[in-house]
Amino acid sequence: MTKKSTEVWVFVEQRSGKPAEVSFELLSKGHKLAHSLHGNLKAVLIGYQLHDVASSLFCYGVDEVYLIDHPELKDYQTMPYSQIMNELIHKHQPGIVLFGATVMGRDLAPRVASHTRSGLTADCTDLKIESINYLRKDYKDLLLQIRPAFGGNIIATIITPDAPIQMATVREGVMENLPLSEYSEGKITEIPYQPADIDQLVKTIERYQEESKVNLKSASIIVAGGYGMGSKANFKLIHELAHVLGGEVAGSRAAVDAGFIPHERQVGQTGVTVRPKLYIACGISGAIQHRAGMQEANKIVAINNDPDASIFDVCHYGIIGDAAEVIPKFMEAYKHKLK
Amino acid sequence: MSLHSIVLVKQVPDTANISGQVMKPDGTVNRAMLPAIFNPEDKVALELALQVKDTYGGKVTAITMGPPKASELLRECLYMGADEVYLISDRKFAGADTLATSYVLSEAIHKIGAFDLIFAGRQAIDGDTAQVGPQTAEKLNIPQITYVEKILEISDRKIRIKHKIDGGYEVLEATLPILLTIIKDAAVPRPFKARRVMAYKNARSLSELEKMVEGNSLLYVDDLKEEYTTRNLYLQTLTMDELPVDPERCGLLGSPTKVYKIDSVVLAGGEYVQIEPTRDGLNKLVDKLMEDRIFG
Repeated sequence: MTKKSTEVWVFVEQRSGKPAEVSFELLSKGHKLAHSLHGNLKAVLIGYQLHDVASSLFCYGVDEVYLIDHPELKDYQTMPYSQIMNELIHKHQPGIVLFGATVMGRDLAPRVASHTRSGLTADCTDLKIESINYLRKDYKDLLLQIRPAFGGNIIATIITPDAPIQMATVREGVMENLPLSEYSEGKITEIPYQPADIDQLVKTIERYQEESKVNLKSASIIVAGGYGMGSKANFKLIHELAHVLGGEVAGSRAAVDAGFIPHERQVGQTGVTVRPKLYIACGISGAIQHRAGMQEANKIVAINNDPDASIFDVCHYGIIGDAAEVIPKFMEAYKHKLK
Repeated sequence: MSLHSIVLVKQVPDTANISGQVMKPDGTVNRAMLPAIFNPEDKVALELALQVKDTYGGKVTAITMGPPKASELLRECLYMGADEVYLISDRKFAGADTLATSYVLSEAIHKIGAFDLIFAGRQAIDGDTAQVGPQTAEKLNIPQITYVEKILEISDRKIRIKHKIDGGYEVLEATLPILLTIIKDAAVPRPFKARRVMAYKNARSLSELEKMVEGNSLLYVDDLKEEYTTRNLYLQTLTMDELPVDPERCGLLGSPTKVYKIDSVVLAGGEYVQIEPTRDGLNKLVDKLMEDRIFG
């Protein structure tokens, strides 16, 4: 087996010069992984006019930022970005490279993994360092890459035992964003960029991008409705309850498919993963795919008229009843108590 | 203009419709119980390739890597309108992760010949990795555009594409050849054509012909292969022997990622405080949540 480096790298993705939330989550996780390995945490930042962004990463315990700053790299493009990553990885041979499982990360990571012949696991929900025995061989300090598989019905742990580089993309919102409390120092290493002919094969004609106005991930209270709400009219109650409690509105996939709520507010495996202080699930049966996105909530209240609904397996407080009748009583009780 | 499109397709277990019987008591999946289907986004990719042919002329070739059973999928590609199909199948290709898969696919594409466009579904529903498309593009040393929503125009070896990005979309112009991965909303796959079903329902792959020969001493595989080829009913099969591949980079052997273990999704156990759906019950709930320091 080849000895793996103890360097942990995070590709920090930026949109209009702002790092994505998932990159901070990855840096937080990367810091822990590097600590377990007694190694270093490094960030790769590609874009334009990003010196300030680069220094802002040190509060996550980043030891070194590789900064590639050039006007032609302002927005993400597959060819130059992957070429830069390939060259850096070939040169420095990190042991672990992490990307966000965003549209960008899922475009970039496989291309880089293919070129560097690294193992790559998509859409991880957890990462751990462990020494294990696999096929009667001992492996020290492997990256365990944990992800749902088969439509969320099983959890697979993937390893890259023999290849030197272990790569993973990680879903947004499943790991915590934890800047360090104490001051941490690091260095910025600028890498020059030379535009290549192959970079010109794809040109951007038009780009439309906006920051999502919906921020479920940072909401401390979420009221979510499912298909069991029955109608769009009944779904208004979800909005009302969220408004009264000062929370955000969300829905299950079934509610999105039924047109009760837009996709950007979907919680679950194909939506957002949330960990609010309070999650109120109304008329949600609790399919595995939904639970995967909300079971880390601090407190879960479930309202469902089916006592056998699997949402009751993950809730702290359960109300067996029709959500359309329970919600008004809930609002009344809340207003009464907190007047 | 005449364009050659190659479409990468995969037969997958229908993970979207998993019922109780499919999950074994230990929480693992009983694959045999799952029906095998045409990966939904691959079917959309084939549709888009056929639309390109309808508009600009040319030819559509569908290829799949998989077990002998995957020939079912290739017949479906023919029913929809594919001109040529290839089954890439060999025991030594089994157990491949996305890196080993894209390596073999790229070698098969080299063997099939010159192309202008490669289409693939964004991801397959059994693994949801979305990796094989980009990795195949990298192996072929051509650019890629992922999450494609729409082909706007093709002219003078240039293609204009609208594709999804995080929080929006982009319109890109690319020089051919290029690989595109297609999302589900891009098109609605056409139904099978009755005429084509009649024409190709008896098309057979090499392993299916080998099965026919078993137990019949009067038949020879090579003769059958020739006969089916003349009748345009031979599903071309590429095995490891027909591809210039390094065996060490194929199948399980060539896969850097390994499944260390599989766990069932455990339920938390169902211990919860039951609240009555009455005014008193809800008052109690609000009190509890205040005690939990969520309200107040």
